[in-house]
Amino acid sequence: MKLPCAIVGSGNIGTDLLMKLQRSPVLEPVAMVGIDPQSDGLTRAAELGLVTSAAGIDWLLERAVDLGVALLFEATTARVHAAAAPRYREAGITAVDLTPAAVGPLVVPTVNLDRHLGEPNVNMITCGGQATAPIVAAVSRVLPVPYAEIVSTVASVSAGIGTRQNVDEFTRTTARALEQVGGAAKGKAICIFNPADPPILMRNTVFCALPDGYDEAAVADSIEAMVAEVSAYVPGYRLKAAPVFDTGPYATPGGPAAGRVVALLEVEGAGDWFPPYAGNLDIMTAAAVRVGEALARERIGVSA
Amino acid sequence: MTATPQRDFRLTDSTLRDGSHAVAHQFTPEQVRAVVAALDAAGVPVIEVSHGDGLGGSSFNYGFSHTDERDLLRAAAEVRRNAKLAVLLVPGIGVADDLHEVREIGVDVARIAVHCTEANISGQHIGLAKELGMEAVGFLMMAHMIEPKELLDQAKLLEDFGADCVYVVDSAGAMTIDGAKARVAALKANLRCQVGLHAHNNLSLAVANSLAAFEEGADQLDGCTTGLGAGAGNCPTEVLVAACEKSGIATGVDPFKVIDAAQEAVRPLRPLQGVIDRDGLILGYAGVYGSFLLHAQRAAERFGVPCTDILLELGRRKAVGGQEDMIIDVAVELSRRAATAQAAQA
Repeated sequence: MKLPCAIVGSGNIGTDLLMKLQRSPVLEPVAMVGIDPQSDGLTRAAELGLVTSAAGIDWLLERAVDLGVALLFEATTARVHAAAAPRYREAGITAVDLTPAAVGPLVVPTVNLDRHLGEPNVNMITCGGQATAPIVAAVSRVLPVPYAEIVSTVASVSAGIGTRQNVDEFTRTTARALEQVGGAAKGKAICIFNPADPPILMRNTVFCALPDGYDEAAVADSIEAMVAEVSAYVPGYRLKAAPVFDTGPYATPGGPAAGRVVALLEVEGAGDWFPPYAGNLDIMTAAAVRVGEALARERIGVSA
Repeated sequence: MTATPQRDFRLTDSTLRDGSHAVAHQFTPEQVRAVVAALDAAGVPVIEVSHGDGLGGSSFNYGFSHTDERDLLRAAAEVRRNAKLAVLLVPGIGVADDLHEVREIGVDVARIAVHCTEANISGQHIGLAKELGMEAVGFLMMAHMIEPKELLDQAKLLEDFGADCVYVVDSAGAMTIDGAKARVAALKANLRCQVGLHAHNNLSLAVANSLAAFEEGADQLDGCTTGLGAGAGNCPTEVLVAACEKSGIATGVDPFKVIDAAQEAVRPLRPLQGVIDRDGLILGYAGVYGSFLLHAQRAAERFGVPCTDILLELGRRKAVGGQEDMIIDVAVELSRRAATAQAAQA
């Protein structure tokens, strides 16, 4: 038995989600709603047998019980989700939020999902957060991390206008995830768009400050183990080289550090709806499906 | 405040911002006071002070600041009398909120810098600068990478967001005189707002390009005393002022005072500034972001690979401003490649 779920938002993210959900052993996408009757996304979803409507969230909430929808994926905008979240909650529908609204706790599947399985609303942070917070968590499970910093570089063509109009939201939310999810005392995020053609794969560099007496092998092993865990749901997630260790001292915003570790990561997308270079979009939808599946197992006791 | 002297363009000195790269972001409040006092006395109308990579640039990726840039700005605000104070902000590194604090310190001009194809990420920052009553300047970095027509499309976006001036920024020092002229001319012919040029000296063309930009109608030009700046350095302020003086172009800056400021307040910080060595020239020749220089030199030493190879590879990969992390990536890969080649020979 699979749990019926809905997708709110019929754009590219919604479409890529749909393609991934169709392969899920525990989730059954049954409905997609949008606000544009001309949307190609709605047409494609209808062709795949989903119930669709351009009448948006109102339409979905009226039919949620009939459709058996107890879980949905929000692929709209932060503003839309912030307004809709209380209504989902009232209707008893769990929301996996792919917008930067951050109504619910920030979640990375390999790090803190277990702690949030009972939440009515969970947030998928940002693409940079999904790619880098697990690495910070991998280091902070070995030793205290006073300061973590990440640089996320994405192909210009893979960054939509919503992201571009609010780059600060990306940097702030990602920095917060390095602290709340990654466990760093202080986090900083940097975001860069690269217009090279052909488009570059999403790249992430994670710097973690290391306290005195750090054990290089233990840190490197933990990072490599985490990369393997993430790549279980994002197959194109990989280290470009073994973690690099540099001896300090460094005066970081989180205090003095004896050294640092640098992890260079690349994310190649699965190529479902987005081209493979858009690993930044793929890691969001892949992580969201992973979270949705865990919530589904929790809700209906599906074992798969 | 004294009356504004007559001038044909407005000069912004970026010794204490772009020059921050050349001193690995180690400026002290004492140095800032000395430089600002000397430039202000010489009549330099705008003085920029920030981490080299702009507000919020202090980081592992770009280098931690010796002194918080807000403290450097406070030091500058204490001693400036007539000059306007400017900051740089690169969206993605700094956030719009950083502008609130510097506005309170007394900053008058916010220069918002983006890679030349990415103008539409700066709307919120230009918008806030205007809202706070600051002058907003849009900075199109690495402008040599695209054609004048494409650059104009991006410049129009900045103008629409509210920029008072749009700069053609030759971050790599890769522009020839024709290239600088064509870009400035395209913007001047089609924008209502002012147009500026920010030149680097990798091809020894910074002053020539600045004068050429003036001929095309540029309203604003940038310099750094002694050329102190990223890569092979910037357009040397005192040289530009002297050349303008001889060409009958009014700068409003006293040539002897600015020459003294350069020699006495700035030259001691980096005595060899202004020499275009191999790495500096390669940056301009290959069109690589100037700020990568010191990071690439460090990585060359750390991983045992030639700096030139790192710079050329960064050029091939079309790295943009801010991608300092790619230097480690490239150096690791080159060192691995060298090790593999050596193993194959053995």
